[in-house]
Amino acid sequence: MKSGSLLAVLASGALFGFGLALSTMIKPEVVLDFLRWHDLGLLLVLGGAVVVTLIAYQLAPRLLARPILAGRFDRHAIFGQRDTLIGAAIFGAGWGFCGVCPGPGIAGIGAANWPVAYALAGIFLGALLQGWFFGRLDEDGTMVRAAHTEEANTEQANTGAAAS
Amino acid sequence: MLHTIFPNGELHYLAGGLLIGAGVSVLFVVTGLIGGASAVFSSSWSYLIKRPFFQQARFVDSRDWRLVYAAGMMIGALLWWLALGPYTGVQTTVPWWQLLAGGVIVGFGARLANGCTSGHGICGLASLQMPSLLAVLIFVATAMVSARFVLVIGGR
Repeated sequence: MKSGSLLAVLASGALFGFGLALSTMIKPEVVLDFLRWHDLGLLLVLGGAVVVTLIAYQLAPRLLARPILAGRFDRHAIFGQRDTLIGAAIFGAGWGFCGVCPGPGIAGIGAANWPVAYALAGIFLGALLQGWFFGRLDEDGTMVRAAHTEEANTEQANTGAAAS
Repeated sequence: MLHTIFPNGELHYLAGGLLIGAGVSVLFVVTGLIGGASAVFSSSWSYLIKRPFFQQARFVDSRDWRLVYAAGMMIGALLWWLALGPYTGVQTTVPWWQLLAGGVIVGFGARLANGCTSGHGICGLASLQMPSLLAVLIFVATAMVSARFVLVIGGR
């Protein structure tokens, strides 16, 4: 990847991290308060982030032939419905146990929330265990990953037109 | 009513969420990449571990930018701390055993699901992916149970 792209990646990450800190998601206490129904603020964070991202994900591939500094738009990958749902159940159990998920865990270090390093170490270990004992290779056919090709764009546009 | 469900206010939540969305959006528009946060915990192992799983193209090809993305997240939080944060930094009172044990389960589950709160919650929902919507509903539900369970065993 070229240095211009890496700079864009760094800036995107910085926006993400600033938002996580500003919204106090880097405090596990705030996440645990949400999960115990004391403060529903997390819904505003998630809702705000989804609305902005939805606009970008849906409009950019229709308006731009390709990303500003790259050849194609990636698509969000789903690797098999079963793993997704079982993994989500396990992930939630851990998230509710400690109040830390990957993004706020990483960003928390930047705001000197040092104890969060325990959670980060745990996440690295958990990812290692998953890949080591249960990791499946891409070739097993469960992978759904496709670029936003022109056909896909046309197809979506047609579907949209038919629906409206 | 608002004060009962948002006892700490609403604006900082909404503003933070919009910034998070802006970050994921800029990443997509400029580089075409999908910016979930959990894959870096698998892709970084590819630097050390030669097993075929970790040497897959999707990890090896993305490991550099994912680390840069993670560094950016730390820098963003650092900028917030310098500009707006408390002098002492943000210190959690959640005990270490709770963070460590929860972290292991988070890492395992997020990587099995190939996504976490950002991967499925933000990128998946914004991609209008039905499996991601199911994943979000499931992980919020199990998290609510777990957050109450941990109080029973003496957690924060």
